[in-house]
Amino acid sequence: MTILYSILVLSSLGIIAGISLYFVAKKFNVIENPLIDEVEAMLPGANCGGCGYPGCRKFAAVLVDSESLDGLFCSPAGQEQMEKIAEHLGKSVDKKAMQVAVVRCNGTCDVRPITNEYEGITSCAFAAQLYAGETACSFGCLGLGDCEMVCQFDAIHVNVLTGIPEVITDKCTACGACVDACPKFIIELRKTNKKDLKVYVSCVNKDKGVVAKKACEVACIGCGKCVKVCPHTAITLQNALAYIDDEACKLCRKCVDVCPTHAIIETNFPEKKKQETDSELE
Amino acid sequence: MKLRKKYSTQTFSKGGIHPLDYKLSNSKPIEVFRVPDYVQISLSQHIGVAASPTVKVGDYVKVGTCIGESAGFISARVHSSVSGTVEKIEQIIDTSGLYRTAVCIKVTGDEWESHIDTSTHVVTSLEYSALHILEKITDAGVVGMGGATFPLHVKLTPPDTAKPHVLIINAVECEPFLTSDQSLMLAKAEEICVGISLIQKVLDVDAAMVGIEMNKPDAIALFKQVAQQFNSIAIVPLQVKYPQGGEKQLIEALLQKEVPSGQLPISVGAVVVNVATAFSVYEAVQKNKPLIERVVTVTGLEIPNPSNFMVRIGTSIHELFDAVGGIPQNTEKIISGGPMMGKALIHAQMPVAKGTSGVIAVPYELAHRNESSNCIRCARCISVCPMGLQPYLLQVYAEQGLYDALESNYVLDCIECGACSYVCPASRPLLDYIRLGKNKVSHVIRKRKQK
Repeated sequence: MTILYSILVLSSLGIIAGISLYFVAKKFNVIENPLIDEVEAMLPGANCGGCGYPGCRKFAAVLVDSESLDGLFCSPAGQEQMEKIAEHLGKSVDKKAMQVAVVRCNGTCDVRPITNEYEGITSCAFAAQLYAGETACSFGCLGLGDCEMVCQFDAIHVNVLTGIPEVITDKCTACGACVDACPKFIIELRKTNKKDLKVYVSCVNKDKGVVAKKACEVACIGCGKCVKVCPHTAITLQNALAYIDDEACKLCRKCVDVCPTHAIIETNFPEKKKQETDSELE
Repeated sequence: MKLRKKYSTQTFSKGGIHPLDYKLSNSKPIEVFRVPDYVQISLSQHIGVAASPTVKVGDYVKVGTCIGESAGFISARVHSSVSGTVEKIEQIIDTSGLYRTAVCIKVTGDEWESHIDTSTHVVTSLEYSALHILEKITDAGVVGMGGATFPLHVKLTPPDTAKPHVLIINAVECEPFLTSDQSLMLAKAEEICVGISLIQKVLDVDAAMVGIEMNKPDAIALFKQVAQQFNSIAIVPLQVKYPQGGEKQLIEALLQKEVPSGQLPISVGAVVVNVATAFSVYEAVQKNKPLIERVVTVTGLEIPNPSNFMVRIGTSIHELFDAVGGIPQNTEKIISGGPMMGKALIHAQMPVAKGTSGVIAVPYELAHRNESSNCIRCARCISVCPMGLQPYLLQVYAEQGLYDALESNYVLDCIECGACSYVCPASRPLLDYIRLGKNKVSHVIRKRKQK
């Protein structure tokens, strides 16, 4: 008899709760465009914020709601996937060049002597607001790994031997999280080509040549040789620092040969016959 | 007189700590340090915009020649502290740890600008008008000398809506080791009181209060005696507690008024000026002497002869240590400023700046932090925080990047006194993270205002 009562009470409670829940769900039903769910499923779901929106769902909603997809791009998804999404939504997406994060500092422990010891918390943001850094170069990498911390794709790691972060180009989605996290503005998103061929100035030191060279052997000293030798006028010199425009660069590598401090770096090129490859990053 | 007796052990109400005071050089009178052979004078010795250089390489400058003109609203002039030739103008790392433009001068002789009165005679007459005094202070490049180096002429021109009614002179010197203010008070009591009267005239306030901690009985006695000639200056002895030298804490200790969150001392009608600044005002106005030298305490546990030196701005810190018997063998760290709020230096060749109140050589055993462990929720950081904040919570928020939560927990009220890190039994880097959080939050607020 007791069992019967219990079953009756519990099932009637369940029925009452079920009925009320049904009406509540009807009353407060949020009508959402089912497209948002579909688009969200097509996005990588890393919530990296690289698109400028808080998370993939918000970005999906923006993609669905906006008239055109100009300026909206998810670099972790890539061109192909974005085109699929655009097709699904009946819109078209711009072609965007493949990009990859590049660490523009090559001041490893061997070439950039340490002048003092840092003993604070392990965060570049903290060290950068405190002082110029452990070496005489006030522009270079602090090596405390804020970029590694923010990377959602496991694509950047500080090499313990060199003290400089290295990008795993296959994993890098060019979301830009590390670019924002770096307090020294060292990391840049650069155009990449097939086989990951890149030529770039791996230094951001704006000091005059003497000062820069004293602080770091592989610093750009602003000599301007690369500017003169470049046949495509892709290199500009500002504040004693050369910069290679990735749009104009045709990867001829003439600048790499003339750089006296090996501050210009080429990656993944086949070995030249006469040239040593010690300046290669990877 | 009655009032003074009643509050002889007054202090601020919230928090505070009692670090061992180590005032090793408190009985040492000020020695005038020799004129160095070479100086590096930073053009950014104050908060705000760096001064723009007015000299070129190869120029001959005298003592007191203006070498940097104030370059903005919050900025201050910089003067040469020596006579000689400008050798170069270059970027150096100064005591702030960052690269700053500095004028490097090779010293020849000691020739002063003709308008500077170099006699030691005390000029007590207050003949100048308030405007004229302010002009002279601006020209002399006087900045707050307690460490924050806020340009004084900006502080002395409060907005029209706020009317100050009391001038507070900060002679607390609550940091351990430092005795520069104390030695200056003992040597220049009358000059300081004239300086206080000059500032009172600029601000048009009748009352002035000098807050001195009880661990300086000699200074209290001397000032009580000297202040009798100046009828509006009250000397208030205060209980010893760190960080009483923080302006908000000092105002509470003296006036029993709390400065509201996010506001300046002027909101309770007070202007706080350091005692060494008052002396600089005296020199600037009565002697036409710009801020070119200051008292620096050179000390440390293993320094054989800790001293207080009157040093020309731009002198290398290494030279100061040489004068007290060299940097001890097992020195691991050199701190500029007090041990609680000061900054470790990258090297000892840095120049003395307007805000360098002391340099301390820290031996190996004391230079390193203990390894930090988990928070044990003992709440000691909360009980010592002089601003009534919750450091453990702010640290977690800063670590997690929760900037909204930081802002709503008043992270910007933190005065960075370091009391929380000092007492933490788990040696957590509380202040480090809070400072990071403060930076991020003020960045967020600035961005929000731009929108």
